[in-house]
This record gives sequence, C-alpha cells and structure tokens, in this order.
Amino acid sequence: MNFEPKIVAFLCNWCSYAGADLAGVSRFKYPPNVVPIKVMCSGRVDAEFIIDAFRKGADGVLIGGCHPGDCHYVEGNYKARRRVEMMKRLLEEMGINPKRLRIEWISATEGKKFASVVEEFVEEIRRLGPVKK
Amino acid sequence: MPKRIGVFVCHCGVNIAGTVDVKRVVEEISGYEGVVFATDYQYMCSDPGQSLIKKKIEEENLDGVIVAACSPSMHEETFRNVCKQYFNGYRCEMANIREHCSWVHEGIEATEKAIKIIKAAIEKLKENEDLEPIFVPVEKKCLVIGGGIAGIQAALDIADAGYNVILVEKEASIGGRMAQLSETFPTLDCSQCILTPKMVAVSRHPKIKLLAYSEVIEISGYVGNFNVKILKKPRYVDEDKCTVCGDCEKVCPVIVPNEFEMGRKPRRAIYIPFPQAVPSTYTLDIKNCLGLSPLICGKCKEACEAKAIDYDMREQIIEENVGAIIVATGYDLYDKSKLVEYGYGEDDDIITSLEFERMLSANGPTKGEIIKPSNGKEAKKIVFIQCAGSRDEQHMPYCSSICCMYTAKHALLYKHHVPQGEAYVFYIDIRAGGKGYEEFVSRVMKEERVNYIRGKVAKIYRDGDKIVVCGVDTLTGKKVEVRADLVVLALAILGKDEMAKKIRVAVDEGGFFKESHPKLKPVEALSRGIYFAGCCQSPKDIPSAVAQASGSAAKALGLISKDKLEKDPLIAFVDENCSGCGVCISVCPYGAMVKEGGKAKCIEALCEGCGTCAAACPSNNIEMKNYRDKQIEKMIEVII
Repeated sequence: MNFEPKIVAFLCNWCSYAGADLAGVSRFKYPPNVVPIKVMCSGRVDAEFIIDAFRKGADGVLIGGCHPGDCHYVEGNYKARRRVEMMKRLLEEMGINPKRLRIEWISATEGKKFASVVEEFVEEIRRLGPVKK
Repeated sequence: MPKRIGVFVCHCGVNIAGTVDVKRVVEEISGYEGVVFATDYQYMCSDPGQSLIKKKIEEENLDGVIVAACSPSMHEETFRNVCKQYFNGYRCEMANIREHCSWVHEGIEATEKAIKIIKAAIEKLKENEDLEPIFVPVEKKCLVIGGGIAGIQAALDIADAGYNVILVEKEASIGGRMAQLSETFPTLDCSQCILTPKMVAVSRHPKIKLLAYSEVIEISGYVGNFNVKILKKPRYVDEDKCTVCGDCEKVCPVIVPNEFEMGRKPRRAIYIPFPQAVPSTYTLDIKNCLGLSPLICGKCKEACEAKAIDYDMREQIIEENVGAIIVATGYDLYDKSKLVEYGYGEDDDIITSLEFERMLSANGPTKGEIIKPSNGKEAKKIVFIQCAGSRDEQHMPYCSSICCMYTAKHALLYKHHVPQGEAYVFYIDIRAGGKGYEEFVSRVMKEERVNYIRGKVAKIYRDGDKIVVCGVDTLTGKKVEVRADLVVLALAILGKDEMAKKIRVAVDEGGFFKESHPKLKPVEALSRGIYFAGCCQSPKDIPSAVAQASGSAAKALGLISKDKLEKDPLIAFVDENCSGCGVCISVCPYGAMVKEGGKAKCIEALCEGCGTCAAACPSNNIEMKNYRDKQIEKMIEVII
C-alpha cells in the first residue's frame, strides 16, 4: 500500500493561514496530506504540540509564520524559530528525523509558496517513510 | 461549552460541492460525538441559509454551531452575528473547507480532508467558553503617511468630517508624484493646476497638522490606540518666517541636481523643490550644504532679511496617539539600469517617463521644449516604449496599469509641442479601461498620427547622434528599425515598501501592500485600523487613487468616530499555580504580563492574544482563551 503521510500544519492567522487562503483563491493545487490548525501566531506553537503530534502518529509537522520582521506580534516568529531549532535536536534524541519538523515563512501574498512548500514537504516525508515506532 | 452542536455544510454553489461530497460529509459528521444535527445547503451565507441556521438552532435546541464553508476571514462575522441572536458568538466556529480544501484538492481525498477539518473545528468548539468583547477607548485622530494626491485626499476627507489628522510627508513638500506631472489624461488638465488648490487646503485646514520633511520611525500599539513616533528633520529654515523671496538661493554656492526635476535641473543646497511647494518655505539640505558645524559658508543666513534661517535647528521626535492609520506612500519607478535590452538606460537620450513629464512641464528643466538631452537640439523623432520592465518575466510580471494611458498622453503632447515630429509607440497590448480612456487612445492614434507598433523592442543602441530602436511589428511580422532622437521608457511601477515592517503588513513581489481581501476589503490592511490609499497598494491612475483615498478615509472615520472599540477577548490568562518565574514577562512583546503578588498577571487591554507567553510558560500555567492547549491537542488527534 502506498504510504500517505499525515502532516499537521500550524498556520499563523496573519500570514500563513492567509497565504493558504490565497493558494485556494488562486486554485494552486497541492497534496491533501496536510491539515491546518490555525493559531494566532507561530509563537503560540508550544513544544508540546509538536511532541503531541508525533506521539499521536503524525509523520510531519509544518509551522507557517510571517517572514522575519513582518510578524503581526512583532517577534513571535523569532521565538517560534528558536523553539523549532531546539525541538529538532530533541526529536533527533527521540529517534525522529528532525527533517520531519519544518518551519517556513509564508506571507499572505505567497499563495504559490504555500502550495509549493506543502508539495515539497509531503514529498520529503514520503521519501522518509512513516515514523518508526 | 457547547453540548448540542449543529453542523451546517455549505455547497457554495459548486465551489465546494463540485469537489467535496457534501452528502457524505453530512452523513459522517451526523454521528460524531457532540453533534446532534447536520445538514447541507447551497449557500449558507445567503438569507435563506442564515434562516436555516436560525430555524435549526430553535428546532433542535442547538447550543453550538459549526459552519463548514469558506475561510473565516470571509464570513465568520456573518455567522457569529446569526448565532448571537441565540447565544454567545464564540459558540460558532467555521471550518474552512473551501480555500483550504475544495479549491486545492480533488476527488475522495478532498472529502476525507473536509471531514477532518470539520471534526477539528468541532473539537475546538466543544471546549470554547463564552467570552464577552473587551472594550477599549478610541483615540479620535488619524495619521496619514504620505502627502501625494492619495494622502492629501484622505487627510482632507477626514478633516472635513471634523476629526484631527496628522499628515506626514517625507519630502520637503507635499504633492507627491502628481505634482511632477505635466498634464493628466484623458482630459489634459494641467496637473499642478488641479492639485495645488488641494495642497493649499491642507496647509490651511485647522484640523490638519502637516509634518512635512518628516518620517514615521516607529508605530506601536493597536487599533484605536496606536502610538506613533515621527522624526521631524531640521529644515534650518523657519517655515513661518520664510517669505520665499529666494535671496538665500541666489547666494548659495552649492549646485546639486533637483530630485523633483528627476535630476534634470540643478538646485542649490538651500532650495524650494518647486514654486508651489507646501509648506511654502525653503529647506536647507544639510547633506549638500558646505557645513554648519563648524560653520563654513553662512551666506544664506546673511542674505535672509526675514531672519528665517536658523542653523541651530535640531531634529525633533514628535509622539502622537492616533486611532487609525492611512498609508499612502506611493510608488517608485523600476530601476532602468536593470534593463539590459535597452542598454541599461545609460544613454543620455534614453529617458524615463517621469523625466519626460518634467520635460513637458512649462516650468521644467527645458521649459516645455522637447530636446535631446545629449545636445540640446529639438527631438524630431521620438520612440515611446511601453511595458519597460512590466509584463515581463525577466523583470516585473504584472501590468503597471497606467503606462498605456500616459504614453498616449505623452505622444499627443509631443505632437503638440513638435507638430512636424514623428512619434512611435511600441506596445504589447493597449489597456485603456477607464472612463474616456479608449476614446483618448484612439484619438491619439488617428487624429494625432502617432505610429503605434505592436511588438516588443528587442534592442536599442546608439549610432552617431541617433538611438536605433529595433523590434518586430507582430501584426505584419516585419522587422522595424527607428532611428530616434529621443527614447522614453514607460518603466514598471514599484510599491514603496519601506513602511511595511513598521506597520507589519506583507508586501508582494512588486512591493505593493497586501490588502485584507482583494475584492471586498481593498483598502483595509490585515491589521485592523490600518488602511491603504493610492499606488502603495497597486499601480493606479489618479481617479482610482483619489477614490481609494476617500474609501480609506470613510473606513478610518467609521473607526475613530466610535467612542469605544470592541477588542477580541481571545487573550491570555494565568492559572493560579503560576510559580512567578517571569518568563512570560520577558517574552511578551506588549508588556501585557506583569507580576502581582508573586504571580504573573495578564493586563487585558494590552494583551493582543499572540500566545507566545502560553507557549513559553515552562510550567504550563498560561492558556489562551478558546485556543487552550487541550483544544489544540484534541484537534491534532482528529486530524491524525
């Protein structure tokens, strides 16, 4: 059977969620493996959410935030980036390939980028295969 | 916390139902825990759709509603307002199965994903608590950034409605690009003649505080209560005392290019950019002045009888509180040195459209004479190149919108200035979609005998005192070569994005600000309380810029005319087990977290609800209202 990755995407309300909206409005197709959860800011993405997603069986976690300097909340995205770096090290310790966690800056004007990031990430996770239990 | 949830799945015509099997979705969701009713309907946002929701809330005794339809940015407010007639608005959530699903996926997978999205929304809703909006006072004042025609119009509209406006302009005078134009299409009225009365009205309006030669350096706060820091650069000339006699200019020994004349005419270090400048005053350009400290020349001060010159002026930081902000920062032209195919525009006789505007102006560098800058002789043959950098994948892919029209105007004015001259226009298509525009272009083509050549220019090079323009006429398939005296590039228009970071708004590839919705909210920024006017949002002509400015002004007035403003109550709250470590205080960008009695406390009016504190709290004692950890964890569970 083909492996269909399950990916959770945490999208910030102001940039990436709107970017995903724009991808829709522009009809840029992308694989359906990513299901979004809206958060107000990428800085809201608790380390626990990431662990929780992998624990519940996610094959990948995508975090979408505003570009550096554009954060609606000034610097939430910087905090998210720092947290992701820390989490990548932690995931490696846990035997989960850190490539399964990705943070991307997608602005509200970048519908195309949202679609291509998702496509690329799904491909990457497909190559990596399911998380080994 | 809702226990009897109704799910309403919208077809959105075929937008959703054409891809997602809505009947299957309803079937699947009907049996889901907590859901007591589910149905589908063609257009949930329509009147009958809204009535259906109301009817079912009553009949089924619902205490929570999920509308599975478009993005919440479209209709969340619509559906919450429906629900508010029965219960708290936060008992209504939207599941975005259009933008995030039916428009981007196909087949059974789209249906599967729609079900997951709806289930996640249901899980969130189950733990939503009833919240009441927080009310904050509104500062009844508006900031307008940029004093071009758009900023001027917005400022006048707001001031005329009786509210205070602060108009900030970076340059020495307001007027912007419009002040540089010769005549305006399609009616050919003189640009300055119709603009200067508005400029003067700004300077005289008791409700407008004009801060020219000033820049907004910092914006903090939030809708209704922005705090703005403005840097007022020193002019070294007292605006009130200066009589614009020009004695200072006569004695100034420094000569530099005048930016207003696109560098085609000199000015002194102490200068007035153009005679009708507002504020009507000279400005000492300190970058080019021989020096004030230590004083090197000092001639201007000696010459000034009005004693207006003050070498001790210093820059000032002015702080203002405003309720709304209108951004009207305008445009720049594409850098012609990037156009390899047009010889990088290095040749003296290849000029930009704005340089040509100045050349056409009676008070411009050539007093309205159309000349070859290289030798000062009249240009007998002229070539206009449209889409120079626009509609070009190598440069800017978009249409700059106004170039077809102003090029037609340029060609017409050229023919009026040089009746025996020959004018050629290279174009891809003619886009003349405005009132009276098509008629204007066809008049230029027929009556003025301007040669329109459909095709892109492949190469430009100099041969002796001529500029050779080579291209292909795509209508005849023949090669065209014009030996021209002067070439005018209709360069692509770029947004000025320098304010983007300060107002925290996204810009697109052309540097234009992203509006909240491309059709229905074309003047609003995604951040509440910030509006756009003019070319900073997209290339546009004067009537559209003015219309958008009035639209922005109406929006800003709608905001600042309120006494109180509703603020989202989706804020942080601290659990009683807080250890008082203070991590949240250090990460909060708004200073909304304080320590009280050894524990953290969230100040409601300051919290913007980003949730950074909740994610950073090492002991998990901060939660976001209606975005609680357990809600998000439940959503993760159903998604996977």
